[in-house]
Amino acid sequence: MSAVSAAPDRTDTRAGTARALLSVNNIEVIYDHVILVLKGVSLKVPEGGIVALLGANGAGKSTTLKAISGLLRTERGDVTKGAIEFRGEPIHRRNPNEVVRHGIVQVMEGRHVFEHLTVEENLLTGAYTQGGARTKPDLEMVYGYFPRLKDRRGFRAGYVSGGEQQMLAIGRALMAHPRLMLLDEPSMGLAPMLVQEIFEIVARLNREENVAVLLAEQNATMALRFAQHGYVMENGRIVLDGDATTIADNEDIKEFYLGLTGVGQRKSYRDVKHYKRRKRWLS
Amino acid sequence: MSLLYAVFVAPFVDMATAPAFFVEVLLGGVFAGLMYSLVALGFVLIFKASGVFNFAQGVMVLFAALTLVGLMERGAPVPVALVLTVAVMVALAFAIERLVLRPLVNQEHIILFMATIGLNFFLEGFGEMLWGANVKRLDIGVPDESFQVAGVLVNKLELSAAITAALLVAVLAVFFQRTRIGRALRAVADDHEAALSIGIPLKTIWVIVWAVAGIVAIAAGVMWGAKSGVQFSLSLLALKALPVLILGGFESVPGAILGGLIIGVGEKLGEVYWGPLVGGAIENWFAYVLALAFLLFRPQGLFGEKIIERV
Repeated sequence: MSAVSAAPDRTDTRAGTARALLSVNNIEVIYDHVILVLKGVSLKVPEGGIVALLGANGAGKSTTLKAISGLLRTERGDVTKGAIEFRGEPIHRRNPNEVVRHGIVQVMEGRHVFEHLTVEENLLTGAYTQGGARTKPDLEMVYGYFPRLKDRRGFRAGYVSGGEQQMLAIGRALMAHPRLMLLDEPSMGLAPMLVQEIFEIVARLNREENVAVLLAEQNATMALRFAQHGYVMENGRIVLDGDATTIADNEDIKEFYLGLTGVGQRKSYRDVKHYKRRKRWLS
Repeated sequence: MSLLYAVFVAPFVDMATAPAFFVEVLLGGVFAGLMYSLVALGFVLIFKASGVFNFAQGVMVLFAALTLVGLMERGAPVPVALVLTVAVMVALAFAIERLVLRPLVNQEHIILFMATIGLNFFLEGFGEMLWGANVKRLDIGVPDESFQVAGVLVNKLELSAAITAALLVAVLAVFFQRTRIGRALRAVADDHEAALSIGIPLKTIWVIVWAVAGIVAIAAGVMWGAKSGVQFSLSLLALKALPVLILGGFESVPGAILGGLIIGVGEKLGEVYWGPLVGGAIENWFAYVLALAFLLFRPQGLFGEKIIERV
């Protein structure tokens, strides 16, 4: 392990001093052999950290997560350049099930629970890679974090509420004992109260179970409140990164993603667009 | 008036006056129904796990029966031949995954369907090349004779076939509901991508599903073969399985069983009691007409999975 991590790594040292659990080095992703989606994305997730990946619709957040989890290839996408390393081991040529066995689980955008299975069966399928060992205590652990799921254990997953489905998707991923969880838009379509609740549970999981989290979100304010570090994506590139607090205070972020100026006033879209264009030109 | 009597009253009077005969007809229907169910089950398994309608299921039944008979003709005792046939069907599942499914992963369903039509022709030719094309007799050691229980004639072969089918169905039900692999199969059927995201390997699942479908094909092939000889017409069983699927729903194991029973019993009763009214041959079209009615009024079948829609 030490021999591997001692290897020189100059691609990106901005992510701080903590040892990187995951490092994505300058990857390029092409769909269908022709459509260039990611153009040199680099990022790091430290051991036990929460990292936010921000950006608008279509910026490439989901694609980045899928490149890491290996799901990309089932969508005819391919990592054509660069490398993805998890604990010093390259994983970008692996199948999704091997990536899960390595300790990375993606919670997909839109929850994707198994609708015709019960809540408990959904959780049990999450333990597939564990080979059936220790599933009872794991179930109890998940029910401990998500007591609502315990109440709903016998229900078909297709019939529980959106918030419960999101909890179920996270709980199901947890059953695979991940060291890193890739969360794609967990706030999508949920009431702000629920989003807050889910984020707090994720933060607890991060602290208590030592699960690192890479969080792709459009809800930048919420994501940055829980993350230590943030990356901002635009058009398949990382355009900015830094400490969560720095980014949260960054005027550009407010401009681009919150539509607010420093004093909290909403600007007209024309100004924002102009500003964005100028900013891109300068960067 | 006399027509109404002949349709709505006379058959039931016949049933009531000769109850033993009625039970015999019923049992014959149950036997035929279970056989249809077994073939339909093979379709359901593969359709559930991969969304592929396996056109070759009927030929798999023929191929399994041919292999079994071929091995027995070469002197293998029944248990040995059975084990070897299972091995052949499992090997076939691996080969299909590697040579047919894997190169076509993420293609449209219609393309996979076309591939199974190709598989259908290949297996048909390959089986006859290996084992010959003439009609063969399959003797599995259970005599095709009857004994009497309370005045009802029961065929030994049909009885043992029915028991085997029931056992197989029970084992499959437990496998799907209670085991880790069974849950994974259902998960794959629900959402491929989500199944991948939690580390369920699709390739392994496909091999398992095709192997199980192959084993179900053996069961169906052995029972039909023992009853009516191993011949090409076995592969046409698939045609009878279609209405069963429409009745029961394409994704439902219990639906396949019940659908088969309804069609089996329905066509036998129809043939015996209503057949003379229309000059017979009800058996040949009953299943399809029933399926047509279902398509009109309940297209997802009796147990087909309703599409869950949240509002």
